[in-house]
Amino acid sequence: MTIVIGFEGSANKIGIGIIRDGEVLSNPRRTYITPPGQGFLPSDTARHHRAVILTVLKEALEQAGLKPADIDCVAFTKGPGMGSPLVTVALVARTVAQLWGKPLLGVNHCIGHIEMGRLITQADNPTVLYVSGGNTQVIAYSERRYRIFGETIDIAVGNCLDRFARVIKISNDPSPGYNIEQMAKKGSQYVELPYTVKGMDVSFSGITSYIEEAAHKMISSGQCSAEDLCFSLQETVFSMLVEITERAMAHCGSGEVLIVGGVGCNLRLQEMMGVMCKERNAKLFATDERFCIDNGAMIAQAGWEMFRSGQVTELEDSWITQRYRTDEVEVTWRD
Amino acid sequence: MAQEKSMAAIPEFLSKAELLKQGAEARVYRARFLGRPTIVKERFRKQYRHPLLDEKLTHRRTVQEVRSVLRCRRAGISVPVVYFVDYTSHSIFLEEIVGSSTVRDHIVSSPPSARCEGLEPLAERVGQVLARMHDEDVIHGDLTTSNMLLRCGPEDEVSELFLIDFGLSYISALPEDKGVDLYVLEKAFLSTHPHTEALFQRLLKSYAAASKKSSAVIKKLEEVRLRGRKRSMVG
Repeated sequence: MTIVIGFEGSANKIGIGIIRDGEVLSNPRRTYITPPGQGFLPSDTARHHRAVILTVLKEALEQAGLKPADIDCVAFTKGPGMGSPLVTVALVARTVAQLWGKPLLGVNHCIGHIEMGRLITQADNPTVLYVSGGNTQVIAYSERRYRIFGETIDIAVGNCLDRFARVIKISNDPSPGYNIEQMAKKGSQYVELPYTVKGMDVSFSGITSYIEEAAHKMISSGQCSAEDLCFSLQETVFSMLVEITERAMAHCGSGEVLIVGGVGCNLRLQEMMGVMCKERNAKLFATDERFCIDNGAMIAQAGWEMFRSGQVTELEDSWITQRYRTDEVEVTWRD
Repeated sequence: MAQEKSMAAIPEFLSKAELLKQGAEARVYRARFLGRPTIVKERFRKQYRHPLLDEKLTHRRTVQEVRSVLRCRRAGISVPVVYFVDYTSHSIFLEEIVGSSTVRDHIVSSPPSARCEGLEPLAERVGQVLARMHDEDVIHGDLTTSNMLLRCGPEDEVSELFLIDFGLSYISALPEDKGVDLYVLEKAFLSTHPHTEALFQRLLKSYAAASKKSSAVIKKLEEVRLRGRKRSMVG
């Protein structure tokens, strides 16, 4: 029996989760939400995390009904992400690891998402679409690496959506993406927006600058409503994502798709991916907001895999890093 | 009435043709057209896309594909001949390159130890062909080893290297676009054929030697590579 606690706080969500041999014992989380029209800055985010992290830690242990002595390993997000929030969380992880006398494990955030997705959905060897505010990658496992087949060559799809939400001043509660999704359901007019796929890669900076510039003009001139723009933006960027996922599947001969990351909560994206999968007789796997959105249990799960395959992070190697490629990690727990 | 009849003609023709494969974008058939072995590439409707978006994209890609193939052909680059295009069914009728296999299959079937030997001349040739294409300001947009065909000549004679699948192509003189084109190939190459970094370097060297405008392009390629590393990865 192996019990791992995972600490995650690389962006505006701070979560701590406990996993015991594939079972999620607890997974509390808090989100730093900014007023409409504002994004979240590193120092404010770190401040938010510092204020709540010990409360969340207590909750994690209480909800799991465990004491520190029961934990076998302390996993934390080594990167990628925002500097000061990562430092804040790593500091607490290092401290409790030393206090409790437990080994430490620095985990790659992206791999946390993948391993949680695999655990929850039991997908065998899927093509993974990892989409969030900070990342957009199409990943497939091959020879001990999670190889990146396609990705954004500039900004993440979630970043594009978040920035659009700021432009039209949508609430960030519970998340800008969620509110865009709700508004999109009320939109009906399709407005043509730039569509950019380059091979297996995508580019969102073009559509972002276009829509940032044109949104107000279009809405005030009555050409279309904000709901129509939300609808059109989703249809366009999600089509781009489905397209590069399908290309990767065709290239690898894969019959499974797993969507992970905060944008993966979006039901329209899941619907579109499902249609594509059905046409190819492929299976679609997705999780709900508990696990799509950044959470501690996903770090615990990746940590559980790494720990069981013999990995440990020494204190002097427990630094955090803002940039950490998914394919840098040797996946020692899979063949 | 006549238009309805002609609209039904292509689907009817294709229903009798041999379906070779169903890719992500299009169905590829083998048929005989005007007495010649022909490949028909039919872009079908993608159900997950909004109909207006789908129509715009499909039409644009059909037009771009044909335009780029013709431009390459005029510049002496080996590409299939375009026989016929139908914009209603978004079908392109192309010359079938009989007796060819993809460069991908070629590399995959080579024994691992010889993966970087013997394939070197091939890598050099690919570099040269791409240099010529870029000097023509054609950006392929989807360079992979599956989009390059090798037709073996008689016995040990030099085989002919064809470029295919210009659906994402466009015309551009910008080193940035050419750099991204090579970047797309590099990624596809290294992810499909692990441990072939040296082979790809050979390809780039050959490209640099063959192209008149290569230094700016290689510089852009290096910049684009770093972008993946320097990007803020929050969330």
